[in-house]
Amino acid sequence: MIEVQHLTKRYGRFTAVEDVSFRVERGEILGFLGPNGAGKTTTMRILTGYMPATEGKAAVAGYDVFEQPIEAKRRTGYLPETPPLYPDMTVREYLTFVAKITGVPSSERRSRLQTVMDRTRITDMANRMCGKLSKGYRQRVGLAQALVHNPEVLILDEPTAGLDPKQIIETRKLIKELAGDHTIVLSTHILPEVSQTCQRVVIINKGKVVAVDTPDNLTSRLRGSESMYVQVDAGSATADAALAQVGGVTRVQRADQRDGIVGYEVESEHGRDVRRALAQTVVSNGWGLLELRPMRFSLEDVFLSLTTEDVSAMGGDAAAAATAAQTTTTEVPHA
Amino acid sequence: MRNILAIAGKELRSYFSSPIAYVIIGFFAFVFGYFYWVLLAYFVRAGMEMSPMGPQALNVNEQMIRPVLSNMTVVLLFVMPLITMRTYSEEKRSGTIELLLTAPLTDLQIIFGKFLGALALYGVMLAVTMIHMGILFLYGSPEWKPLATAYLGLLLLGGAFISLGLFISSLTKNQIVAGMVSFAVFLLFWVASWIGSVSQGGWVADTASYVSIIDHLDDFTKGVLDTKHLVYYLSFIGFGLFLTAKSVDMERWRG
Repeated sequence: MIEVQHLTKRYGRFTAVEDVSFRVERGEILGFLGPNGAGKTTTMRILTGYMPATEGKAAVAGYDVFEQPIEAKRRTGYLPETPPLYPDMTVREYLTFVAKITGVPSSERRSRLQTVMDRTRITDMANRMCGKLSKGYRQRVGLAQALVHNPEVLILDEPTAGLDPKQIIETRKLIKELAGDHTIVLSTHILPEVSQTCQRVVIINKGKVVAVDTPDNLTSRLRGSESMYVQVDAGSATADAALAQVGGVTRVQRADQRDGIVGYEVESEHGRDVRRALAQTVVSNGWGLLELRPMRFSLEDVFLSLTTEDVSAMGGDAAAAATAAQTTTTEVPHA
Repeated sequence: MRNILAIAGKELRSYFSSPIAYVIIGFFAFVFGYFYWVLLAYFVRAGMEMSPMGPQALNVNEQMIRPVLSNMTVVLLFVMPLITMRTYSEEKRSGTIELLLTAPLTDLQIIFGKFLGALALYGVMLAVTMIHMGILFLYGSPEWKPLATAYLGLLLLGGAFISLGLFISSLTKNQIVAGMVSFAVFLLFWVASWIGSVSQGGWVADTASYVSIIDHLDDFTKGVLDTKHLVYYLSFIGFGLFLTAKSVDMERWRG
């Protein structure tokens, strides 16, 4: 449905996007993930025909966006980072205008508008001025605007940015519902969003694609060995050596320490469950086993490892990110 | 064409849903009314005065309508930037330009739409002044033909201002800058006619008076429809719109 080949965009000497290639199949949701300034918006703007690429090809629904821009645009709905609303129009006027310029026949306009407003739940705001809407409603009107001509492809630039948690959940649900009839590309720097809504992820950093895969594959790819977190109250003794001797354990490392209670990061051979043996060892030594859980690498770790230049420093970063992932909820702060 | 009208309609509505249209029309009508009143009073007094040759038959078109309309061209210098300054810069600032440029529209459709929208507002301004002219027909018998050519000339003059203003607005995100620069450039085109009249003949004077956007209106207000002036205004408009198209295209590449 969407095909991007070797896309490059340069602004003078600065290269915003370099040799980006990916494909999106019909009905799929593709997540475009990357830190701020990675080239997500630039790529999306090229796909929507807002700006031309310096090199490379991009096709939407079989139409090249440079050669046949009108045909491609007719099949694309686009929600930019800031919803492009006219503040002095009511929601209904605005959507009517968008329907006109996107070529919705006047006989279908009414019903199309109603469908879209129902779907995005903005019907009760239909006669409100766009400039007077709250952030959440603006975003929804923006989404309605992208849907009004029933495009085959939807391109959403950070559709949940600036929404409250409830609205974020609603928007994600809506996007998932839309996936059946539309092919969706959405960009975000919020990681849980990708694992929750997207079937495939393109991770982009400094204008280059660093990974394309499903969220599950990406996380398991990072997990070469199994990791376990064990918290032990060994009193005056130290449990390091005893833990290291457990069969299958390859490495033991202290993660944290407080009042004689030590948290260990225990790595074991791939595919071998050492939890029982670990528990046995701790209990038979008379120590207190306070916590024992597998350390799963989140998408956040994958993201960090792929977008941080110093990949060798991965171990420490991942641990930090793993703990951070538990405390922070959804939003990665804006840079 | 449908797309052009959709854009034009949107432009026109945005003028009228903000105070801009009302302020501009009100200001224009007020200044026009003032000139109209002053010149009418003068005209009436001149008509009553006895000249050595007895009461003279004054020509309403020559003595009254022409000076009023010529005076209004100067007012247009101030008013037209207000109409065009927001056309592109506001869309760029608020990001709605992304909607237009990613919709299945060509750049030219957007430009023509904006041009027609602004021209329609200008048309409303002119329509208001026609009420005054109508009153002259009630109490006198002016000729309608020179009046018609004068209005055609004014429409073309306004179109020329709009096309240039559109281009200047497409260069910046800041509508105040767009307005000020438009005003300065319009003023230059007006002042060009002074150079024409000050210097004694020669190619400088000829060029200057040919370039001057207002000098070309002269024949229209006399009731003369000269293709030279028609060509001037139409090519001026065409060139302004062409520059706008180039500027929008360049903006795309620059991103």
